[in-house]
Amino acid sequence: MTPFIKHTGIAAPLFRDNIDTDQIIPSREMKSVSKTGLSSGMFAGQRYITGRTPNPDFVLNRPEYQNATILLSGANFGCGSSREHAVWALKEYGFRAIIAQSFGEIFYNNCVRNGILPVQLSADAIDTLGREVSIDLAAQKVDAHPFDIAKGDKYMLLNGLDPIALTLKNEDDIVAYFSDDAERRPWLY
Amino acid sequence: MYMTQTLFDKLWENHRVKSLDNGQDLIAIDRVFLHERTGSVALQSLLDAGYAPRFPSRVFCTMDHIVSTHSARGKDSSRTPDGDVFITATREAAKTAGINLIDVLDADQGIVHVISPELGIVQPGLTLVCPDSHTCSQGALGALAWGIGSTDAEHAMATGCLRVKKPPQMRIEITGQLRDGVTAKDLALHIIKTLGAAGAKRCAVEYCGSAVRALSVEQRLTLCNMAVEFAAFTAIIAPDDKVAIYLNGREYAPDDAAWPAAQSYWKSLNSDADAVYDYAHTLDASDVAPTVTWGTNPAQAIALSDHVPAKSDENAKALDYMGLAGEQSLTDLSISGAFIGSCTNARLSDLRAAASILDGNHVADGVTAICVPGSMSVRRAAEAEGIDEIFKTAGFEWGAAGCAFCFYAGGETFAPGSRVISSTNRNFEGRQGPGVRTHLASPAIVAASAIAGKIAAPETSS
Repeated sequence: MTPFIKHTGIAAPLFRDNIDTDQIIPSREMKSVSKTGLSSGMFAGQRYITGRTPNPDFVLNRPEYQNATILLSGANFGCGSSREHAVWALKEYGFRAIIAQSFGEIFYNNCVRNGILPVQLSADAIDTLGREVSIDLAAQKVDAHPFDIAKGDKYMLLNGLDPIALTLKNEDDIVAYFSDDAERRPWLY
Repeated sequence: MYMTQTLFDKLWENHRVKSLDNGQDLIAIDRVFLHERTGSVALQSLLDAGYAPRFPSRVFCTMDHIVSTHSARGKDSSRTPDGDVFITATREAAKTAGINLIDVLDADQGIVHVISPELGIVQPGLTLVCPDSHTCSQGALGALAWGIGSTDAEHAMATGCLRVKKPPQMRIEITGQLRDGVTAKDLALHIIKTLGAAGAKRCAVEYCGSAVRALSVEQRLTLCNMAVEFAAFTAIIAPDDKVAIYLNGREYAPDDAAWPAAQSYWKSLNSDADAVYDYAHTLDASDVAPTVTWGTNPAQAIALSDHVPAKSDENAKALDYMGLAGEQSLTDLSISGAFIGSCTNARLSDLRAAASILDGNHVADGVTAICVPGSMSVRRAAEAEGIDEIFKTAGFEWGAAGCAFCFYAGGETFAPGSRVISSTNRNFEGRQGPGVRTHLASPAIVAASAIAGKIAAPETSS
């Protein structure tokens, strides 16, 4: 996975609260058993008028936001369905970071697992951001605004790590846990 | 010093393999559940990466999201155009991986959160994850159950664990008792409306109090189901005798030999009296009325006797989408669709409640009414009681188990712009189809509204 260290890019504003994963990738756009081929269906309900004719009013279709790599939004971004296809679609489109007031829990974790940085900032701080935004994950700053991120999530993103391989480094602890637990709760095995 | 613990703390400790040095814990996962929509890609991707499930016997997979829900469906029939590829790919990957597969035409097939309790797969005190946001439903049995993404499902299968930062905790006590005619669905909508669509602040929510204790296991599943709709990490209810009685004899529940040990463990699963939570709310059950949503998130709800709020900058988009002006009553709004189904409200008690209202009545002209039981087992039990005949005589379609019209997947649905009363969990724009206006409500309100041809409380239609 591509590490996320620093990134400067065009930030497209989508200032609504509660943008759910059904909006980010409608179920009808999930057409194959795959993590790819999803970006053309991203925001399909708003991005196109009919079929695949672009809706000129939609932010990502406006000339000034072509090649946006950062998305700005309101509260509870990515709420709703757990479908990781929402993150895969955003990633394939080229987004590296989402900056919002708050996030849906599963969506937030899905971002981290896929190398997209979810940044939680106050509405006031987001309001000050311009068309070009710089993010420094090591320093935990968006332009001049500091942000919080869990240590574990930061580490995964900075290093672009494969979480399964990382976890399997704890093999001895895992084997010991399950061996003890099978004695403690045998009915679950 | 003795530290008091919540139920959630206890389950977290029980499953903590180790604390990682990055603020996360490595948490052991007892059960992974998959379905063909998001589990398929997890399973395939796991196998492609050269991993195998560590404990295949602890992984379960059903077909529910995009299977056809027509009674005469075939083994690969999908309600999504070209959706059969998800079904066949999931079946093949499940066989290769050697996990438990509950296939389309199996007697036990149904919606994951309906069949997991039915088969005794979820039990008090275990950890269960599924790449599905409504996995929080299963906290109703005292399990630590939460929704994850597909990548985490791969991780849970390959390692038997997940890397998770312990979430904050919220206690929601519901005092008193629900009034007659008020259901767990009304309670869930009332809580979300009171606290807001992001009101649970990514917390593990523990529901407690006299009104929660009084709920049946099926009603608790409805209450916990909607926790994700106000941004909870999950919800949990301390297990009691009702849960033990519910699970006794079910296929994957502890057998007679293991029962006493399991019981003794289950009885230890409750919060200490003075346990500390990050947030606490107390709501009075007698304040809960039959509740229906008017907007495009589940917090945009009102008691059926109230009026929709006045139009404002904040709600204008939702009101416009729903074809409402604001400051109006929901009752008397004409509907063209009624749906009873989903992991929220498609269990036997839900169908009984709707049938008691439908019995001897017929849906109004112009209303497309559909009932899809949550599992084939629910469907058979309903048929044994003659409930299917009541639905069919009333003019409802009677389907085979699956998620069905809870979300639009590209196939059959209600017409654009139509107003639908639905026992489901999400009223997002386009959730049930392009332009479809969804009002969430209990099965009783859906049934009463179908008969009246307009949104109606059960009392006023009989």
